[in-house]
Amino acid sequence: MADPMKIRANLAGDTTEVKVLMSHEMETGQRKDAQGKVIPAWFIQNVTATWNGKTVLSAEWGPAIAKNPFLSFRFKGGARGDKVQVNWVDNRGDKRSDEATIA
Amino acid sequence: MDAGRRDVLKAGGGTALLTLLAAAGWLKPGEAQAAWNAAAFETHSLDATVKALGGGSAAASKDIAFVSTPDIAENGAVVPIGISSSIPKTESIAILVEKNPNMLAAVFDIPPGTEPAVTTRIKMGQSSNVYALVKADGKFHVASKEIKVTLGGCGG
Repeated sequence: MADPMKIRANLAGDTTEVKVLMSHEMETGQRKDAQGKVIPAWFIQNVTATWNGKTVLSAEWGPAIAKNPFLSFRFKGGARGDKVQVNWVDNRGDKRSDEATIA
Repeated sequence: MDAGRRDVLKAGGGTALLTLLAAAGWLKPGEAQAAWNAAAFETHSLDATVKALGGGSAAASKDIAFVSTPDIAENGAVVPIGISSSIPKTESIAILVEKNPNMLAAVFDIPPGTEPAVTTRIKMGQSSNVYALVKADGKFHVASKEIKVTLGGCGG
């Protein structure tokens, strides 16, 4: 199981800004190790963010997203105390799901 | 033939073989995720990517803006990219890097209620044009920006 995500959700007016920092190697599959063998690709493929069970963002990622990915987006609605949940799945089938409270 | 293969497996000495087997194992869950558009992530041109994402061609648009995106990135392994679209009914935003091994870096689906603006960080192998591909009301629009990289992010 991967390390937890850092999620921050802040309400500004009627929009909620969500910032997510994930912990993941995001190996591209292009690099080689000291023996000259290709290091297999290992990266997050699917990311979804939900608020009160409603999807507010979903994404498909390739290996070109930087290591320890950062993501930020804004959605209309949200109230202080609501939960924002972020999930990811990588190409090995590993998953991680974390949530934050809108502040 | 079969006997030979069994021997190799039993011997277990072939680290490379084990790595290959493991890699094959890792690919399976990826393929099982229908939500991941593998074909789109293996394209090498803008037109091919647009086709793989289900469109015909992309029209240049001035309503797509790069926000907090540098002109010169010192480290290609971490290039901040922010894209915002002012096209009505924006459905998805994709980030493409022209000179990366595979062009497509990410596709964000924007449901109604979410602002058509995302920020993330990508890897760039070398200085290249970065495209912001926006799907709005079924049509594709594109904007590009050249980002110079002084240190690549895909080297080994």
